Amino acid sequence: MRFDSFGNSGRNDGSHTRRFLRLERAAFNVRANKPREEIQMSLTQKLINDGGAVVDEMLAGIAAAHPDHACLLENAPRALVAKNGPRKGKVALIVGGGSGHEPTFLGYVGKGLADACAVGNVFASPPPQPVVDAAIAVNGDAGVLFLYGNYAGDVMNFDMAAELLEMEGIAARTVLTTDDIASAPRDQREKRRGVAGNVFIFKAAGAAADLMMPIDEVERIARHANDRTYTIGVALSSCSLPQTRRPNFDLPAGEMEIGMGIHGEPGIRRGPLRSANEVADEIMDAILAEMDAPAGARVAVLVNSLGSTPLMELYILNKRVAERLAEAGLTVHKTLVGPYCTSLEMAGASITVMHLDDELQRLIDHPCDCVMFRQG
Amino acid sequence: MDFTTQDLKTLFSALASRMATERDALCALDGVIGDADHGIAMEQGTKAAAEAAQATDGTLQDIFNAAAKGFLNAVGASSGPLYATAFLRAGKAAGARLSMGRDELRAVIVAMRDGIVQRGKAEPGQKTMLDAWGPAADAAAAGESADAIMAAAKTGAEATRDMVAGLGRAARLGDRSLGHPDPGAVSAAMLVEEICKAMKGTA
Repeated sequence: MRFDSFGNSGRNDGSHTRRFLRLERAAFNVRANKPREEIQMSLTQKLINDGGAVVDEMLAGIAAAHPDHACLLENAPRALVAKNGPRKGKVALIVGGGSGHEPTFLGYVGKGLADACAVGNVFASPPPQPVVDAAIAVNGDAGVLFLYGNYAGDVMNFDMAAELLEMEGIAARTVLTTDDIASAPRDQREKRRGVAGNVFIFKAAGAAADLMMPIDEVERIARHANDRTYTIGVALSSCSLPQTRRPNFDLPAGEMEIGMGIHGEPGIRRGPLRSANEVADEIMDAILAEMDAPAGARVAVLVNSLGSTPLMELYILNKRVAERLAEAGLTVHKTLVGPYCTSLEMAGASITVMHLDDELQRLIDHPCDCVMFRQG
Repeated sequence: MDFTTQDLKTLFSALASRMATERDALCALDGVIGDADHGIAMEQGTKAAAEAAQATDGTLQDIFNAAAKGFLNAVGASSGPLYATAFLRAGKAAGARLSMGRDELRAVIVAMRDGIVQRGKAEPGQKTMLDAWGPAADAAAAGESADAIMAAAKTGAEATRDMVAGLGRAARLGDRSLGHPDPGAVSAAMLVEEICKAMKGTA
């Protein structure tokens, strides 16, 4: 079967068709229509062995690097389980989602944070089985909480996992993260995506569980943390899937897209690349307006690389973020700068602000010792 | 001539070989409005479903259930839960029997649609696989011919060109999804076609 790229007909009347094709290529980067040589030439360079094996080979590498922190389940090799965190009487916190966002989700498995994590193929939800196996492995008979970003595929698979666990006599609860304020209007918060703010939200819920709080409390805190966490990203270039090694979306040279999601979902505004200060200002304007925190309030900040943007640029962004927060009369209690939630090799960054209160501050400060994240 | 457990295994093999054939075309289609991996997911999923079906002795329902599990664990993503639920519902419709009338494959198509709706909570017109499964199931429920059911699915899939994605990853493209058929609906129409061939006894 052959698919042409035209919307409506096989009508081929010269100039109109050519113009349409040009426009369409500009909008979508229609790779399927490129001649074969061009496809070969535009393959992105990756240090991989086999595009279909990237997830399993990465997991084997993680298991080899961090044997003191976590291990893969023998029968569910896409479930990573913490060595020291899970214990009797503690709420089991399970996170997960597609691969390609490392250190999200695998890196946050460990004492004080997630008890286990299930990952799927690149940018695709895990099936229910590794989620079920992970939950059974770390169940401490105090309840199981699934905490993950709000994406259709993840919701379906984790919901099916919860149904399967129910048959095993384990009741799992679910909290979805929705911190990406660019992904839907304020009055549709439940439709928003979960992005880098996961780090703070997972941290708060993981600390609550580590402090042996009951399941009702851990769930309440996860929701509370999500309600007070705000993220916007900016993309400067596309990422490419290991299976295809072709750009996942088309972002012309010299352009940026504010609000783009961590799988390349369209953002709020595309335009010429601006300075770090201008980008930080645009993002902080939106975050501060929605957060609406009174002067004197405390915040935690995450300036995150989407993959290939270096620390230098993140710190330049953070300089402006800190200035804007000070101008707003807010106190920065904690700042994280680095690659915490990536999108393969995408260039760009995201800024997350969590509006703290005494409870969240204590939980954010709580020690943790994870595969790729350690604190105090 | 009844539709037996052996026929069902043959049907799952036909679904797998159809998806293997269409893999690259589906990927190319998905590259325009998604991740370019839909063909891979459908090939992996139907292959695992067919293998699970072949390895299962038992009733029609047992085979559907095994195929559901096979599909689901091979794929995850969105198509995994949707087709797994569809096959589970199809198994319930076929029942714990060793055979059924070929005309009862209409009830299987309706059940698959119901499972997809239940799991995905999509509505018609949101540019999803439901836009192919829905018209097919409506035609099946109305007792129409295998050819008419097939045509309904195909027309439904074609109609997704003129829809703006309302659900799933392509929804984030907004108007940019306009003018391109939904790959999930296109693959759905192919699966319906294979089921309809079995209904006619020509598969």
